Amino acid sequence: MKSSVIPIILGMAAATYLTRIGAQLIFSHAGIPAWLERWLKHVPTAFLTALIVPALLLPQGYLDLSLNNSYLLAGIVAAFTAYKTKNVLLTIVLGMGVIITLNKLVL
Amino acid sequence: MEKTMTQQLQKTNVWREVLQTCLPMSAGYIPFGLTCGIMGRTAGLSIFEVTFMSAAVYAGASQFIAIGMLSSGVASWGLIVMTTFLVNLRHLLMGASLAPYHLKLPRPLQYLLAFGLTDESYALIASRSEERGYDATYNLGVNSLLYLIWILATLLGALFYQSIPDPLEWGIDFALPATFLTLLIPRLADRTALIVALVSALCAVLGALYLPGSWYIIIAAVAATLVGGLMERSSSNEE
Repeated sequence: MKSSVIPIILGMAAATYLTRIGAQLIFSHAGIPAWLERWLKHVPTAFLTALIVPALLLPQGYLDLSLNNSYLLAGIVAAFTAYKTKNVLLTIVLGMGVIITLNKLVL
Repeated sequence: MEKTMTQQLQKTNVWREVLQTCLPMSAGYIPFGLTCGIMGRTAGLSIFEVTFMSAAVYAGASQFIAIGMLSSGVASWGLIVMTTFLVNLRHLLMGASLAPYHLKLPRPLQYLLAFGLTDESYALIASRSEERGYDATYNLGVNSLLYLIWILATLLGALFYQSIPDPLEWGIDFALPATFLTLLIPRLADRTALIVALVSALCAVLGALYLPGSWYIIIAAVAATLVGGLMERSSSNEE
């Protein structure tokens, strides 16, 4: 295995970079059509939601809607704080406080 | 003279903004980087190999999967590289979303900025661009800082892999969804955004349950983006 790791890493690096530069290569000649730009406006909201919700509802890989799910409880606290205060630091500190307390002291 | 001073001031402000916005993100980055270093060493990679992987590939989820494949005896170049490509396909969507800004920049800068595109840098830059406009210096700053943190965290994990307790056991990785929440909540201001988020949440949960790997992110993002685009079109037809 030893000798084959570096070429694998180089291949992974090339494949990953291709996914990162791909969109620019496609659009660099003709530009982005206006209709597509209108659609792409929703990517951040869609994307952020797709990252957050499974992390909170399935932290161990299966659906966990119980009170034992510290990620879900901390997520609710963080979402509420973010909505009420719009304060990034407070949201994260409070959320982290809740999850560490739950994981280390309660559950 | 006055103009250069204002520019100077703006530059320092941008770097301060980079630090402020990356700080909460790095609280999520560091435990993942540490875990990556620990996993790599446990799988039999050397300190150099696992750190080099973080520096060259710089895509957490695919690195975890590749390390898992290597440690379970899969050493096929094609299989690992293809899996990496598929896991990272979501970058295509993020790249397209930032393309309106990036295509206006000089080519070399475009290629450089593309390398630093991750879930986290994308979240910061997309939000910043909509709130206050796109700024290439900010983009470069976020990319460089997060990249450095990722490599350093991997290196530390690889160096001290036997003495570090599992950083994910504490739930420190919650810092990432928490940071994403602070970026998402302000976006949910109108009906279209709420529905986009709802569709994405539903698809993501179903996808995470029934699809392998990180496909759920791509499926959910594409489906919800399509719904958002369709809703916009029908509402503009009504007017």
